[in-house]
Amino acid sequence: MTNQEPTLLRVQDIHAYYGNIHALKGVSLEVNEKEIVALIGSNGAGKSTLLNTVSGILRSKQGSIYFEGSRIDQLSAHKIVDLGISQVPEGRKIFSRLSVIENLEMGAFVRKDRGEVAKDMEAAFELFPRLRERRQQVAGTLSGGEQQMLAIARALMARPHLLLLDEPSMGLAPVLVETIFETIERISNEGTTILLVEQNALMAFQIATRGYVIQTGSIALEDSTENLSENEMVQKLYLGIEVE
Amino acid sequence: MISNLLNPEILIDQVINGLTIGGIYALIALGYTLVYGILFMINFAHGEIFMFGSFGGFWALTYFVNRGITGNHPILCVAVAFLVAMVVSSVLGALLERIAYRPLRTAPRLAPLISAIGASIFLQNVMMLIIKARMQVYPDIIPEEFLEMGPVSISYFQIFIISGSVLLMVGLYLFIQKTKVGKAMRAVAEDREAALLMGIDVDRIILITFVIGSALAAAAGVMVGMYYSQINHMMGFIPGIKAFTAAVLGGIGNVVGAMLGGYFLGMAEALGVLFMPAEYKDVIAFSLLVLVLIFRPRGILGEVVSERA
Repeated sequence: MTNQEPTLLRVQDIHAYYGNIHALKGVSLEVNEKEIVALIGSNGAGKSTLLNTVSGILRSKQGSIYFEGSRIDQLSAHKIVDLGISQVPEGRKIFSRLSVIENLEMGAFVRKDRGEVAKDMEAAFELFPRLRERRQQVAGTLSGGEQQMLAIARALMARPHLLLLDEPSMGLAPVLVETIFETIERISNEGTTILLVEQNALMAFQIATRGYVIQTGSIALEDSTENLSENEMVQKLYLGIEVE
Repeated sequence: MISNLLNPEILIDQVINGLTIGGIYALIALGYTLVYGILFMINFAHGEIFMFGSFGGFWALTYFVNRGITGNHPILCVAVAFLVAMVVSSVLGALLERIAYRPLRTAPRLAPLISAIGASIFLQNVMMLIIKARMQVYPDIIPEEFLEMGPVSISYFQIFIISGSVLLMVGLYLFIQKTKVGKAMRAVAEDREAALLMGIDVDRIILITFVIGSALAAAAGVMVGMYYSQINHMMGFIPGIKAFTAAVLGGIGNVVGAMLGGYFLGMAEALGVLFMPAEYKDVIAFSLLVLVLIFRPRGILGEVVSERA
């Protein structure tokens, strides 16, 4: 699949460590504007490490990361959010003691345009009507699916150009996974670029155009999701299809 | 001594004393609990921040007295003294965070604790050198007059401390609940990494937390100075541990808990004096600490704290 859109995120030969573990061993990856790119891999392959390195929570020891043409790998996490990269972290990490509205306000922390923030909160409730019903509730009392919706809505409150999603399907019932993925598609259609990390490759490939397979800290494969779905190794390891 | 209990005048007097001391404990306890809530460390130099605040107020008032302007504008002078005290303590708290704690943020938990104790000893000695280890007498600006209401008499100063501490605590509560920075403080306390992902400058929020806690301790320091008239470089030690006890009583990390813990401790001390000699005041406080640590280590409101995602 050819892409005329310019590159939004370029990760070049990133090395990162978790303590003594060499978690990323020279990972390179690109996300073009308006794309949904899937990053699949098993537990501990380095998916979350990569997202956290992009977000500036972890520092890379080597390599570089460019966003909208400028280098960001030495910037602090809050500057990176300010530039337009938001993350929906693994395990949602909502603020359980804050109300739903307060969680959304935290998502918009870097913004100064209060009027627009109010509009975006309205839009978030539009996207997730369940959250509107529970807006005054303490977020810890929400169900797992509602918490995932809140985590996504919260990240959108920063008006990101690039949304990093870390395993949005984790721990959710299949019906809810469908809903969440439909929402992700909708967010994409409204113009937000998405890098989607998933173990659920089947779902991820349905909405993504391109994909990367990460294995023990290195990119093993990179292709369109159509081709990846045909790949024997991908079928065997990530799609659960037995190959003769 | 039991007969004291039956004497309503003494009883009411002690309740007023309890509210006065309790408010002061609560103000100091908030500093411990705010910092613990975010960094999970006990800032054992907090008592010294309180002490420096008291001296900040002392220097300001002494300056005003020497200039002879306290007679005409006593209230203004006191207000400025509080302000100076808060600035002194805030700057000190911020420096402490930057120099003694921030470099150790990823170190094992024992390291910042040792650093805190070191800072505490250092600050005590700095003040000892400044005042040449002599007791300093707080200027008397507000005359010690009593408001008589039937059998009850309450000094204007007690009214001032009781209402002032309540006002500061209400202010703090509203700040934490309603403002963007206050909400960010709660967010950072709950999940620092998630807060980073929201674009919250966590370092800044931690610094602000130290500044707020220090300013509250400074207010308590001026109150103590005006109430007890004498201050020295060791004055932070006992109130520091007592306020720490209050914070633990209420459930360390819990803001409302620290307020309640402060009043609870103040009341326990004031009413305890009705049963036993006044020298046993400290025994009451620390027995309470031991009992709470044995039977309810999470404190009175501890459950709220333990509810971490």
